[in-house]
Amino acid sequence: MAGRTVAQKIWDAHLVRQAEGEPDLLYIDLHLVHEVTSPQAFEGLRLSGRQVRRPDLTIATQDHNVPTDTRLEPFADPLSQQQVEALRTNCAEFNVPLYDTLDPRQGIVHIIGPEQGLTQPGITIVCGDSHTSTHGALGALAFGIGTSEVEHVLATQTLPQAPLKQMSIEVTGELPNGCSAKDVILTILNTIGTGGGVGHVIEYRGDVIRSLSMEGRMTVCNMTIEGGARAGLVAPDETTIEYLRGRPHAPAGAGWDAAVARWSELRSDDDAAFDREVLIAGDQIAPFVTWGTNPAQSAPVTGAIPDPQSLETASARESAERALAYQGLEAGTSIADIAIDRVFIGSCTNGRIEDLRAAASIIGGGRVADGVHAMVVPGSGLVKQQAEAEGLADRFRDAGFDWRDAGCSMCLGMNPDILSPGERCASTSNRNFEGRQGPGGRTHLVSPAMAAAAAIAGHFTDVRQL
Amino acid sequence: MDAVTTIRGTAIPLDRADVDTDQIIPAKYLKRIERTGYGPFCFEAWRKDPDFVVNQPQYQGASVLLAGQNFGCGSSREHAVWAIQQMGVGAVIAPSFGDIFRNNSAKMGLLTVALAPEDVAHLMRLAEGEPSAAITVDLEAQTVSAGGWSRSFEIAPFVKQRLLNGLDDISMTLTHADEIAAFESERPPELPATA
Repeated sequence: MAGRTVAQKIWDAHLVRQAEGEPDLLYIDLHLVHEVTSPQAFEGLRLSGRQVRRPDLTIATQDHNVPTDTRLEPFADPLSQQQVEALRTNCAEFNVPLYDTLDPRQGIVHIIGPEQGLTQPGITIVCGDSHTSTHGALGALAFGIGTSEVEHVLATQTLPQAPLKQMSIEVTGELPNGCSAKDVILTILNTIGTGGGVGHVIEYRGDVIRSLSMEGRMTVCNMTIEGGARAGLVAPDETTIEYLRGRPHAPAGAGWDAAVARWSELRSDDDAAFDREVLIAGDQIAPFVTWGTNPAQSAPVTGAIPDPQSLETASARESAERALAYQGLEAGTSIADIAIDRVFIGSCTNGRIEDLRAAASIIGGGRVADGVHAMVVPGSGLVKQQAEAEGLADRFRDAGFDWRDAGCSMCLGMNPDILSPGERCASTSNRNFEGRQGPGGRTHLVSPAMAAAAAIAGHFTDVRQL
Repeated sequence: MDAVTTIRGTAIPLDRADVDTDQIIPAKYLKRIERTGYGPFCFEAWRKDPDFVVNQPQYQGASVLLAGQNFGCGSSREHAVWAIQQMGVGAVIAPSFGDIFRNNSAKMGLLTVALAPEDVAHLMRLAEGEPSAAITVDLEAQTVSAGGWSRSFEIAPFVKQRLLNGLDDISMTLTHADEIAAFESERPPELPATA
């Protein structure tokens, strides 16, 4: 048998049916559900008289809509209230477990899966959310789906899928001082572009990836979709096993030993063939800041905004010109000269405890600059509790940061946390699309440390110099 | 899903690359719990500009959308597909598409036709120069044609048959319920459960 990649092994182990002329039918081990992409799917089940096949492999939470200043209901926005309630009703009717708004386990769906130990190596995970790729950090095959597919998985616990091409991204050498997992993925995106991974599943390899903590790997896998690939993963290793040990839904006793034995074998064969291989040297990595309106339009903090005319293709030139016009920026401006109005630290990309520690460690004796509003939104209720127990919340508050409850918040502006038109934000989230954080808002993607440093300086600043 | 055979009509030349799903339908409209009513909000931010191509009178009633590479990148929101369909468009032609958007389109019966960049550019110039020109996307023949010009496109045979016959994926999968049950009986017992 020819060598196989990790993704191919997981795929093969989940084949319910494989037949000529049909897509493969894959079994889904874990289905994560949130309030935004599920109501029409549950309604579909109701209309066709179908049940949820495996509520015990399904978990729901509210994350996109929930306000982060109060959990008191009704919420200010009646539509958000309606959607949050619809999930409650649907979960009750179809017996789906729900981490409801007041449950300490509530949080961003991609934070809570790993946190609860539900996300495990070798399993298949789907969710009606493109950042489902996050869970690949633990060696799972995890990808985002649309609402029709959500309904399909609810009804059948399977998904018909055409095979994906295999792509390897190897990051060699060492992670430079002052750089984080966010800088790794921003560097990768700057190299492969927004469409570089379309049609592929990416396996992240190499010493830099291996050196990252589990949470750092989640940050990298999270933004896989920003390069066009639906799924990205890291083969499990000792870091993965230690992360899972003792988590609420991790196996125990003999089940733990059986699972660890299974996980330990899960790696790509030496002769596995990748359709595309990309090599990135660790010394290319620097604290990156996006200047444009897609996550690949970025530059190191020591750099400047490029001249669109210097770009290779007509399409890239037009795209850069449009982006600079929208962002209110000019070619040649030094990144460090860009002043900001808002800071957002949080999201499924960077809302975990290590992210909050990294941001808090930058504060020193500083305070949020005059005229800047900086918000810290933990990724889950449990992250919030831990940050409070560690004293991070007090450090943020004492320095003038706004400390909030868990949710997706300003990553996509579905709750009241949005930018005003023209406001410029240093954000640890994943998308800098036009209007993503509010109509007319201007987003610059950065790491948690870079965001905290920008909050205090009032403009982008190189964390390596602090 | 209704069966899809041929889409014929005028085309909107949206000559932009990396059109993401936040542009197609902003997040604030995802709070609705219905599947309908998204058409008026399609490309909402760009439509505030009266000169935006979708607003131009000569492109009203179009049933084809022409776009640059990586159309539909970004989030998994199927609402983007619903919004485009509810604007009256039945086929999108671009050099490439976001994977999730393309999957969602196939489920909903919105045709996503990938043509070579120079062929998309040809159609773009045609729609710009002659807005009343009709473009035909023939799913059975797998061709895009306009006047005497024609190109063939690829589509997975299974997806094509589903679309041509308007088949429901879930019903098709449920005919394999025995195989699903057989697979389930073999799953390792220590796999995670939520309840």
